[in-house]
Amino acid sequence: MSKTLGSNLGGIMKDGLWTQNVVFSQLLAMCPTMAVTTSGTNGLGMGLATTAVLVVSNALVSMIRHTVSSQVRIPVFVVLIATLVTVVDMAMNAWLHDLYKVLGLFIALIVVNCAILGRAEAFAVKNGVVASAADGLAMGLGFTGALTGIGLIREFLGAGTLFAQASNLLGPAFAFLEVNIPGYGGALLMILPPGGFAVLGFLLAGKRAMESRLQARAGERCGTA
Amino acid sequence: MNADAPTGRPVASPHAHGGSSVGRTMFRVQMALVPATLYGFWLFGWPSFFLWLLTVVSCLGFEAISLKLAGGTRIKATLLDGSAALTGWLLAMTLPPWAPWWVAPIGGFIAIVIGKQVFGGLGQNVFNPAMVARVALLVSFPVPLTQWVTPLPLTALAAPGFVDGLRIFLTRLPQPDAMASASLLGYSKTEMLRGIDLLHSLAGEHAPAVSWIGARSGSFGEPASLLILGGGLYLLARGVIGWHAPLAVLAGVAIPAAIGHAADPAHYLSVQAHLLSGALMLGAFFIATDYVTSPNTAAGQIVFGLGIGLLTWVIRSYGGYPEGVAFAVLLMNALTPAIDRFIRPRALGRDRKGKALDVARGGVQ
Repeated sequence: MSKTLGSNLGGIMKDGLWTQNVVFSQLLAMCPTMAVTTSGTNGLGMGLATTAVLVVSNALVSMIRHTVSSQVRIPVFVVLIATLVTVVDMAMNAWLHDLYKVLGLFIALIVVNCAILGRAEAFAVKNGVVASAADGLAMGLGFTGALTGIGLIREFLGAGTLFAQASNLLGPAFAFLEVNIPGYGGALLMILPPGGFAVLGFLLAGKRAMESRLQARAGERCGTA
Repeated sequence: MNADAPTGRPVASPHAHGGSSVGRTMFRVQMALVPATLYGFWLFGWPSFFLWLLTVVSCLGFEAISLKLAGGTRIKATLLDGSAALTGWLLAMTLPPWAPWWVAPIGGFIAIVIGKQVFGGLGQNVFNPAMVARVALLVSFPVPLTQWVTPLPLTALAAPGFVDGLRIFLTRLPQPDAMASASLLGYSKTEMLRGIDLLHSLAGEHAPAVSWIGARSGSFGEPASLLILGGGLYLLARGVIGWHAPLAVLAGVAIPAAIGHAADPAHYLSVQAHLLSGALMLGAFFIATDYVTSPNTAAGQIVFGLGIGLLTWVIRSYGGYPEGVAFAVLLMNALTPAIDRFIRPRALGRDRKGKALDVARGGVQ
């Protein structure tokens, strides 16, 4: 049992981070993806908050999966997720107040993030607690990576900075992450919504191109072998 | 006939091929732009020539890269059909003549890659590529994209020579020899925001002239409104474009402008100022007539043109930006599929609702 779980964990991680990535493969959670990725710091903060909710909600849903009848499962999951989001919302308001002011409404909107209910439905109701928590972590980290990446690209092109105000999120020790490109004012459009769509589009195209190239190479190898 | 013409040429009757091709159409449109462009070179000097050249070259370069990435087999033929060069040319006409060099490659990238090739290349794009790039540049870099210079004709003593022109183009050093100036639309909007109405601001000493001859500041193609109009008439005469869209655009601006100006000349510019300013002539004859992004039917084109004209007037009169042709074109581009859906030509042998005509009773009632 533990052995299969161990080998499963690798697959779960790979799914969450790459193969089934929330943003780049499932194209879920587009609203926060577009709205908060105006800087790397915002993307990272939003991603981590979502990850926290996702891990706990997946674990809880998995725990109660045998006691909740399938007819009422959706309302139960929604109440669960809403509770967790409220906790994260209040926690961020208390301890990460500056970031909270930036992300504001979008933290509360994690509750309607389709990725969270989606993972509860697609994974947690069918799997054990450990595997579900791992899936939540993997999906959350994949989401965080995507948001941070898009945020960094948009921030770099649009404002000429990287991780601006990272010390608000991670503490003053991380102020070294903040990069400012001198003499570049930035292209405002990249910070505005069209920039978000353009960056996401190019990244999606890049991922598809990479995958089809890998596939073609794998096919070649099979052919020659 | 062009041997390289794409397949899909209708072979069975009752179709006939007009003998035209993408390349020939694009060539004629470019010929129509030549007078206004040469006038622009003369008026704004070498920096404007470099900007025009780099914009066209960037568009061609990004077109080539995109076609290569897409695995195209007719790269050279597609480049030579002139569509990418025309996009760059039109974009350059709308840029401030002394814009810094990096505006050209960024504009070329936005126009060709994001505005056109992402959708599948020539004929597939939803929005006019040149206008996409113009709007993206204006929104992204508001300062360099709204800095106008006073025209310094090439023959003037103070005009920068070839080397100086290159220096102005490549660096962003302050130009003591280039007098900053305002275009008419920008000037009147700024003054209006300061609370000075048009009657006073246009009578002021530094007000830009509403000039038919065209020695005034503005975008590269803006002073030459009448030459662009002439180029448009040439295209009309050659049958490259139809009269519906251009006339509708001009009417869409002129009618509300006439009403507004008659009602309150202190707040609404005159018809003449509207027609000659900004990108209106270029928009009416070269942008609104884009085959790809305008409706298919004549009635649709009239709706499309009136929409562009009206939106342009609304943006100029009430909007935050002084000029609105590019925004208006993009908005109407987005409506084009809807217009085409509601205004359809009558199919042969059927009435407007698509019901088969009763042949026995003698066709249309």
